[in-house]
Amino acid sequence: MAFFFEVLIGGLLSGVMYSLVALGFVLIYKASGVFNFAQGAMVFFAALTFIGLQQDFGINFWVAFVLALGVMILLGLATEKFVLRPLVNQPQITLFMATIGLTFFIEGLAQLLGGANVRGLDIGIQDEPIEAITKATGMNISRFDLVAAGIAALLVVSLALFFNRTRIGRALRAVADDHQAALAVGIPLHQIWGIVWAVAGFVALVAGMLWGARNGVQFALTFVALKALPVLILGGFESVPGAILGGLIIGASEKLAEVYLGPYVGGGIEGWFPYVLALLFLLVRPEGLFGEKHIDRV
Amino acid sequence: MLYREAGQFKSTYTADQQIFPIRQDRVAVFALLAVAYVVVPLIANEYWLSAILVPFLIFALAAIGLNLLTGYAGQLSLGTAAFMAVGAFAAYNFMLRVPGMPVLVAFVLAGVCAALVGILFGLPSLRIKGFYLAVATLAAQFFIVWALTKFGWFSNYSSSGVINAQKIEILGYTFDQPLPKYLLTLTIVAVLALAAKNMVRSAIGRAWMAVRDMDVAAEVIGFPMLRTKLTAFAVSSFYCGIAGALYAFCYLGTVEPEGFNLDLSFRILFMIILGGVGSILGSFLGAAFIVLFPIFLNTVAGPIEHALGVSLPPGIMSNLELMIFGALIILFLIVEPHGLARMWQIAKEKLRLWPFPH
Repeated sequence: MAFFFEVLIGGLLSGVMYSLVALGFVLIYKASGVFNFAQGAMVFFAALTFIGLQQDFGINFWVAFVLALGVMILLGLATEKFVLRPLVNQPQITLFMATIGLTFFIEGLAQLLGGANVRGLDIGIQDEPIEAITKATGMNISRFDLVAAGIAALLVVSLALFFNRTRIGRALRAVADDHQAALAVGIPLHQIWGIVWAVAGFVALVAGMLWGARNGVQFALTFVALKALPVLILGGFESVPGAILGGLIIGASEKLAEVYLGPYVGGGIEGWFPYVLALLFLLVRPEGLFGEKHIDRV
Repeated sequence: MLYREAGQFKSTYTADQQIFPIRQDRVAVFALLAVAYVVVPLIANEYWLSAILVPFLIFALAAIGLNLLTGYAGQLSLGTAAFMAVGAFAAYNFMLRVPGMPVLVAFVLAGVCAALVGILFGLPSLRIKGFYLAVATLAAQFFIVWALTKFGWFSNYSSSGVINAQKIEILGYTFDQPLPKYLLTLTIVAVLALAAKNMVRSAIGRAWMAVRDMDVAAEVIGFPMLRTKLTAFAVSSFYCGIAGALYAFCYLGTVEPEGFNLDLSFRILFMIILGGVGSILGSFLGAAFIVLFPIFLNTVAGPIEHALGVSLPPGIMSNLELMIFGALIILFLIVEPHGLARMWQIAKEKLRLWPFPH
């Protein structure tokens, strides 16, 4: 039984990491209705920027963090200005395609600047089991996973506060609700979109640092976006809590399935199991856990 | 002046309903076919045939398949490459396991297999829409590639699922040179493209478009949702399956499941976006663009490097290519969101008057 719980908790904690990436998707989708496929590339780009600043230029950790954040904000603003603004009022699929183009662009740029080698990123947290927990319960729980979960929780709480308690946050929600109505009451739409992309850049930076510290900063980091997609449809595109809960469900069930179901079919099912799970779930609830119910009118 | 339909009167229903009602279009199609069948084999060398024209035709076929589903029936799919994989592996297995299987029949059966798999993965489309569906089709993409790699039976227990396509033999003639392979591909693609062109203006195509424009309204006026959406998935997957079989048999010869990855799906999606969503001609234009663009980039890169007196390492070159490609897609979407097909339409409008001002 201890083994079951170990797998479950490990899955839940890795699910938090998926949530972090999914969060970036949700933010942008909520505010601008754009399904931003480039989020994975942004995670990769952010991690590579940070590591380049820290290791190649020997800049202090926090200064490098702030500088990388600045770069991500610039990237977000540039995206808003050069990609989204000319595409206002286009159908959603066009915007989606534009973000795929953006993905290629950012991936090329990131590798051009940072090289294609795998680079280790040390953010000062060991990825080893905590002895106290091992002694008490016999389960191996990584300190890194716990810290990552803590950071994710902090991020979600601060984002929730930002959305609910600040003036900008209210404006963001107004824009998410109805573009035209928001414009009519004098909310600067482009400015808001710029802010959303900047915040998504910030989330990408945090996700990139955590994922980079875990797996090394490499091109494969862009694939975490593919892990976040089932999380997204399970939780609902418009919901921050959905992203968190979806991440937990996907993380836990993926690990459990790999351990208990994997041996029967030859293993390696982690790649598609989350998708099939999310798909089956959607058959029951087509808008995900917390997504907005759409009412079709003829 | 050149493209003027004035004076072309139709006096019978048959004439009115023909597939290309305007004379200039008919002439253009026959001229194109003549060029493809007669002129190209005379002037094209082996490299052009096997590295550019054959993949162009195959990708165009896959793009038509995706365009039927996404452009006409409005169901966004990111699993095109997986359906191609089903086609390729099904054709291989039919050839391998059924003695004396004619290759064309194997292709058709491969298409049918892909269609069945397409129907299976199309079932969720009855409940879910939009991006939810797009992500759900990724399930097909990952699951099919995984299954083909994992279960050795599909690849006759070769290592890592690599298959070698069998020889193509029709009526005792072996298609092993680039030219016969090109002609075979061309014939299949031409027939299927004409069929698609016909399909989208018949009852079934109109049903797809009604569902695309608004599925609730379509259902209210009596289009059966189940049948319409599933036929879209089936026909689309059939086209992709045939394209996959051709990809294995006429283009690469040796394929592995991993070759049909998400990148390939995206490439085909790009073809229809750049070419024009909801246009058969657009599928061809988009495929041509995506196939030719990297070659074009490599050709111009050399002289530019030479002129600047620098030589870029290949790693940087490929990253630059990626960036240019991404930027170009965004630029394209901004300048002409309806794709190359729309440009052709505008050109035709111009040709109607040209060279006169009114």
